Amino acid sequence: MMRFILPFVVFVVLAVFLFKGLNLNPREVPSPLIGKPAPGFVLPQLHEPQQNFSPADMKGKVWLLNVWASWCVSCREEHPVLMDLAQQNIVPIYGLDYKDNPVEAQRWLQRGGDPYVLSVTDTEGRIGIDYGVYGVPETYVIDEQGVIRYKQIGPVTPDNLREKILPMVAELQAK
Amino acid sequence: MKRLLILLFCLLPTFALAGEAQDMAADPVLEKRMIGLAEKLRCLVCQNESLASSHAELAEDLRREVRELMQKGMSDQEILDYLVSRYGDFVLYDPPMKKTTLVLWYGPFALLLLGAGVLFLQLRKRKSEIAEPQLTEEQSARAAALLSERQDSQTQPKDIQA
Amino acid sequence: MIPEIGHFSLIVALFIAVCLGVLPIIGAARNNAVLMAIARPLAYGQFLFLVIALGCLTYAFVANDFSVLYVAQHSNSQLPVIYRISAVWGGHEGSLLLWAFILGGWTLAVAIYSRHLPDEMVARVLGVMGFVAIGFLLFMLLTSNPFDRLLPAAADGRDLNPLLQDPGLVIHPPMLYMGYVGFSVAFAFALAALLGGKLDTTWARWSRPWTTVAWVFMTLGIALGSWWAYYELGWGGWWFWDPVENASLMPWLLGTALIHSLAVTEKRGAFKSWTVLLAIAAFSLSLLGTFLVRSGVLTSVHSFAADPKRGIFILSFLVVVIGVSLLLFAWRAPKVGLGGKFDILSRESLLLSNNVLLSVAAASVFIGTLYPLFMDALGFGKLSVGPPYFHAVFVPLMVPMILMMGLGPLARWKKIGGLELAKRVRWAFLSALLIALLLPFAMGMWTAMIALGLLLAFWIIATMLLNLRERLLGRNDFLQRVRNQSLSYYGMQLAHLGVAVFIIGVTLVKGYETERDVRMDIGDTVSAGGYVFRFDGVREIEGPNYIGGRGHVTVTRNGQAVTELYPEKRQYNVSGMPMTEAAIRTGLLRDLYVSLGEPIPGSNGAWAVRIYIKPFVDWVWAGCVLMALGGILAISDRRYRIHSKRSGAQLDTALEEKTA
Repeated sequence: MMRFILPFVVFVVLAVFLFKGLNLNPREVPSPLIGKPAPGFVLPQLHEPQQNFSPADMKGKVWLLNVWASWCVSCREEHPVLMDLAQQNIVPIYGLDYKDNPVEAQRWLQRGGDPYVLSVTDTEGRIGIDYGVYGVPETYVIDEQGVIRYKQIGPVTPDNLREKILPMVAELQAK
Repeated sequence: MKRLLILLFCLLPTFALAGEAQDMAADPVLEKRMIGLAEKLRCLVCQNESLASSHAELAEDLRREVRELMQKGMSDQEILDYLVSRYGDFVLYDPPMKKTTLVLWYGPFALLLLGAGVLFLQLRKRKSEIAEPQLTEEQSARAAALLSERQDSQTQPKDIQA
Repeated sequence: MIPEIGHFSLIVALFIAVCLGVLPIIGAARNNAVLMAIARPLAYGQFLFLVIALGCLTYAFVANDFSVLYVAQHSNSQLPVIYRISAVWGGHEGSLLLWAFILGGWTLAVAIYSRHLPDEMVARVLGVMGFVAIGFLLFMLLTSNPFDRLLPAAADGRDLNPLLQDPGLVIHPPMLYMGYVGFSVAFAFALAALLGGKLDTTWARWSRPWTTVAWVFMTLGIALGSWWAYYELGWGGWWFWDPVENASLMPWLLGTALIHSLAVTEKRGAFKSWTVLLAIAAFSLSLLGTFLVRSGVLTSVHSFAADPKRGIFILSFLVVVIGVSLLLFAWRAPKVGLGGKFDILSRESLLLSNNVLLSVAAASVFIGTLYPLFMDALGFGKLSVGPPYFHAVFVPLMVPMILMMGLGPLARWKKIGGLELAKRVRWAFLSALLIALLLPFAMGMWTAMIALGLLLAFWIIATMLLNLRERLLGRNDFLQRVRNQSLSYYGMQLAHLGVAVFIIGVTLVKGYETERDVRMDIGDTVSAGGYVFRFDGVREIEGPNYIGGRGHVTVTRNGQAVTELYPEKRQYNVSGMPMTEAAIRTGLLRDLYVSLGEPIPGSNGAWAVRIYIKPFVDWVWAGCVLMALGGILAISDRRYRIHSKRSGAQLDTALEEKTA
């Protein structure tokens, strides 16, 4: 009588899924932009608002775009990691100061140090929407052709830097 | 309370003329369309809320974005595509029909067909398998006696004797 | 000291549960009268120690003992006493204790009200319930002890989540848990029958009233939760298809199916194995709900702080309880007889079709709720399943169900003629159709959805009237006929009427609600749905543990004063969380609903104000209350009273001899 064992089989399959589900993070949303060209923008720089910056300027280089803000609590956590990375001079880091007050942003960088080659200001968060930003901080690895290769949601930590971001950067730079 | 009211009425002339309240939205018709669309979208930063009901800042930004795209004359579908290209299918509360969502969309109806089919076959099988034994006279008398003792609903005797 | 007594009581309760979960079942298997007889005293003892444990935790809350971690996390010295008591189940640990306490209560109730059952059955039923209790007590003691100390003690607590500081939330969780846990009784009866290998109609008769009581609690619990969401969340929604809501809807749907299939099994001895499977599934889904809420596998507004260790524990517990019971089912069910004979078209078959539809509805909620998890686990990416999906899938399943619901009570057991039935209901159907087509015009707007909703609701009402007429009107005495119908018959009709009332509520509020989102200066007016709302400003208020503003809105209709509404905006002192307290004027035909948005910056006391006119919205909950009342009527039927048990058992034997 196979049909009487069927409920048990269905339940076992379900239990396997639930077990797998325990190790997944339901709140992390993968970006559909991976493998797509980084959305273009022209934004004023934080320190010299008369000057603009555009991702097009970075053609031919591998670089990191880090979305940050002075109001963002976890940015404080990742800040020392970015400072370290900047000193090692492996890959240039550009900042996107997201929905922030420029004065407070500058003060924040003065206090904690400035790991960025430069930061641009996205005061209204419009470029953030183009990049699918939903949880600051976020970090994008962009290759020489201007294609987004990787997105780190949440703070950059020594762990994910060592395991994901730096190997990706090294691979892209080797090309 | 009364004193407060009096106070308020004394203050009234100093305010701009009271009248018919203004809608919060500049364009109520567009706003209605925006909310209708936003109800089908998921707020990304909140636990589980629609874009229409969330108070999160990103939700407000996205509502503004949707409003502006509507003003530019984009259709609802174009706006959905716009958001999906940035945030993925995750933003849609109404998941698109794809190979991977076939079970989601057709599963319940397949189950219904299956359930109805199995039930029908079972019923037919039962009908042919069970031969109804007749009650002996003694048994029917006992059942009838018990039933009248219980004075239960009127249909039951019919059931037993049928 | 008191928290230690509570902790100790939990440990004692666990030991008792272990004895209860093991010894009586062995006793029943070996026919050992002593081992079977200790089941009752153990059930009493277990409940006693759970009472002590819950009492100790409540005491810790009332006495503001912030040296208890759980109290420090969920209470505050400013919190009013009533909310300090409800804060006992305001978080993960305490709500688990409530679960265990209620399970102990149900076990006690079974122990007391089972005098007429065979000792073997009682031993097995209580044993299964004790086994379930082991899991919850162990879970609490190993991963989520509510009595853990915080050293040094906190000066004050972090306060209860302001959303939970509400009268509705004081009783919603206990009600809902009474329902969830109540299904454990039907589950225990099913397993006891499987263990004993005796699946007969008496088993169905015994578990029926218990199942109905649990279902009544669950219906009320869900309705309360929905009503709370309506007035507390500030935008007038009452069901969001959130995973946690779905987790309560699934066992409710299966519980509803179970009530109906128990009727078929009890009266006609048929589909026993299906009924047993439903009993197992309904309680399994209750347990699964616990897992979904507490493990963090799904995002939900309601979920408790996630902890993977807890997730692993509950999952293992689920696997043991559900896995073992389904294996037991696979082993025993094939030996079950077929039962009485009936036709493809009969009351039995209609009830079973309703079972198919309810189960498929539960399955569709299940698929929708867990699909994001399946996709993610298979590496297919992330997606969200929300209200649009459930509306698209759930409504089409409900339409045939409601149509059959009208026919079921009219159909005779065993066999009905399709043509004859169609003839009997033709006027009922035509009148329902006529009302559905015309009423929307009278209400001011006609849409297909409104007409469909009204058709379903009036179909239920019309067939019910037809049924009452056929049963109550005739040549002989009307009153005698009224008396002759059983209470369970009236209960069934009342519950079905509840469904109709519910559908009317849902249909009309969806179809005709008006919403205005306006900026209001002091003295401004806005008109909506024939009412004029005048905003008379906001004044500051100070509550026991919050500060805020209370708005004053005067409502008039054609110049006549209707009511004054006082919506509030609060900020709670400890958490700093802003809360909107909507002001609602409840009415039979419509609710007036006003909630405050934000003050308009740079203005002279102007606020953003949201105004809703919600026609017939209270019918949604009134329908649920009617369903619950119907359930209560059904179990008050004298069939379930002790004195008629003996003759009932004799009737069963007579029936069984007949159908064997």
